[in-house]
Amino acid sequence: MAQAQAHSGPMVTADGVPLKTSLRRAERRRKITAFMLVVPLLAFILLTFIAPIGDMLWRSVDNPAIINTLPNTVTALEDWDGEELPPEEAFAAMVEDLRVGQENRSIGQVGIRLNYEMSGARSLFSRTARNADSLEPPYKEALLDAHRRWGDVETWRLIKREGRPYTASYYLSAVDMRYADDGSVAMQPENQRIYVALFMRTLALSLAITVLTLLLGFPIAYLLATLPLRYSNLLMIMVLLPFWTSLLVRTTAWIVLLQQQGVINDLLVAVGLIGDDGRLTMMHNWIGTIVAMTHILLPFMVLPLYSVMKTIPPSYQRAARSLGANPFVAFVRVYLPQTVSGIGAGAILVFIISIGYYITPALVGGQSGQLISNLIADHMQRTLNWGLAAALGSILLGGVLILYWLYNRIVGIDNMKLG
Amino acid sequence: MSESNDAFVRFINVQKSYDGETLVVKNLNLDIAKGEFVTMLGPSGSGKTTCLMMLAGFETATSGEIMLNGRGINKVAPHKRGIGMVFQNYALFPHMTVAENLAFPLQVRKVSKAETEQKVQRALDMVQLGHLGNRRPAQLSGGQQQRVAVARALVFDPDLVLMDEPLGALDKNLREQMQYEIKHIHESLGVTVVYVTHDQSEALTMSNRIAVFDDGVIQQLAPPPDLYERPLNAFVAAFIGENNQLHGKVVEIKGDDCKVQLDDGSIIHALKVNVDKVGDRTTLSLRPERVAIAPPEGQYPNVFEARVEELIYLGDHIRTRVSLCGTDEFIVKIPNAHAHASIARGETVQVGWAMEDCRALDAS
Repeated sequence: MAQAQAHSGPMVTADGVPLKTSLRRAERRRKITAFMLVVPLLAFILLTFIAPIGDMLWRSVDNPAIINTLPNTVTALEDWDGEELPPEEAFAAMVEDLRVGQENRSIGQVGIRLNYEMSGARSLFSRTARNADSLEPPYKEALLDAHRRWGDVETWRLIKREGRPYTASYYLSAVDMRYADDGSVAMQPENQRIYVALFMRTLALSLAITVLTLLLGFPIAYLLATLPLRYSNLLMIMVLLPFWTSLLVRTTAWIVLLQQQGVINDLLVAVGLIGDDGRLTMMHNWIGTIVAMTHILLPFMVLPLYSVMKTIPPSYQRAARSLGANPFVAFVRVYLPQTVSGIGAGAILVFIISIGYYITPALVGGQSGQLISNLIADHMQRTLNWGLAAALGSILLGGVLILYWLYNRIVGIDNMKLG
Repeated sequence: MSESNDAFVRFINVQKSYDGETLVVKNLNLDIAKGEFVTMLGPSGSGKTTCLMMLAGFETATSGEIMLNGRGINKVAPHKRGIGMVFQNYALFPHMTVAENLAFPLQVRKVSKAETEQKVQRALDMVQLGHLGNRRPAQLSGGQQQRVAVARALVFDPDLVLMDEPLGALDKNLREQMQYEIKHIHESLGVTVVYVTHDQSEALTMSNRIAVFDDGVIQQLAPPPDLYERPLNAFVAAFIGENNQLHGKVVEIKGDDCKVQLDDGSIIHALKVNVDKVGDRTTLSLRPERVAIAPPEGQYPNVFEARVEELIYLGDHIRTRVSLCGTDEFIVKIPNAHAHASIARGETVQVGWAMEDCRALDAS
């Protein structure tokens, strides 16, 4: 009887509270506890990971300098068609903006910002602004007198184009493009294209490092997984030992080994393989980057491979042998396919780490061993073009996400075993 | 001796050592005829699996020769021996479907595609899994995986199939069912099977002959009934089935009849099996089901007073523990037949047994 009642409407508990409400109440405490456990890490990640990435994405399009410092000019140029020099009102607005900008010292920002697009813009603004107070109307002539580039239509077009709160010009620069005089998008002149080639080199070197770590790591991982425990433990320590050593120490160790007066060259000369004048250049070029990074990233390949191989019982290969497969066929058709998840995990790990690697290429890479991250750092620290650095970083991030998506489509992320 | 020379599988003085100090297999000689089902039975560490691995080619014999079909195979690589094998945990390739698993041995033998398909289907039908060819091994139950493993070991028509405790991972009911199926497959295909197990009932169910291993030596090689009813030594008697062991000294030998004085002084008439002379220590082995409660006067030469210590009802029989002749671990199985003897704990009853059922074995 009681059951029949319970089924006729929503389920209720013995004391008449709807079952769902009761369940929610009972579960709430547990959920709150679980959430509290997550809070510290969540806050940490928000603060140190999500927020900086958001800021980077924002900076790559953010363009406040001109619209904030030259508000009158931007307004005055709104209706200008860009064919000939703008009318007198625009010049007047510019002088007004220059005076205000000089007073609160914000005009330098404009110079720096426009200098990314047009060399000489910085001195144009700083010099004119210094004398802005003494300029008399008509301002067109006065400005043309003060600096001949005010008579250049290109200057005004640039101001109009960049007088918007957001810009794509950082992204264009990051892929070796620019706005042509007429405002359309064009490639940079041949001799100023650097970023696309650098992206390509970063991809190529990362790929080479991934393949090398796989070739070197696979046999080691196999040994680790199949040797008796006492030997495999020793081997595991040898794999992990470099892992526990400072990155800087390892990189400088490679400098000692690879440099022209270094250990390897000395050895080769001593053995007589090369003459003293024919010492190999293995450092401060891409060879140094590949060698040192392969060494440093090897554990990232070995460990996922090992953890997958550890789960493959030796009986599979024995079964294949007993069924008539020679050792090679047994390996290729039975063992190798079962390690794919480990290969995928190791490869994607090594590739993603190396694509954004900084320290090692900076120390041993020289000119031809630089990666895109080195240039990003350069723009952050030396040229202070953070917008361009942010755009380069965003492209790198996007590229990694696309690769990750491709990997997921082809191999399936569920098949990835990191350990 | 002449008949064993054309044996299909021969182990000749085979020895195996892993560490160079102890022998895991000590001087093994074993002939297996074509079409025979031979089980290697023994406790773990007795050397039976090592023998199987040497036959399969995954271990090398330290000395001695293994012959297959009249040919020495010590130096033949495993994949060239043409021996099918079923592994303990099946070793089905997880990245292949069932049909691909079965096709694998045919593909590596370069069998044509049409023939491969036909053979795979026939093998699947043989184990009643014809409809599951497209499944992955992980999607099958344990019993189904087991059948696929058997089918895969047979699909390329090997003359010899090795099975390494293939039923160990199955539950009891399934294990019994699979025992019958393997037995039937063996009978219908006429293939030679060497089977390794530590489960005696498995061995008794399926085998033509059983080789009982202990300590790297074959203790007895015999068909199942012989092994159970006529064990040659105390180890085999204890390992196969349940048995009562009584210890004593031979006091008189008259033909097959040997009189044994137990440690408490009682005299038992036993069958002489491997005792040599008067004065030897001996172990008497007696199956619990061969002991009669309250036997008719004069039927048995061995009749003793026994005190009932414990009764356990097991359905088809009642397991009774009694004390007699100085031991309180003497087991009597009373079949649950119509009008069986009904006794109670603490009672004293007469028990007796025939001379032939009580075997005088080595002292162990």
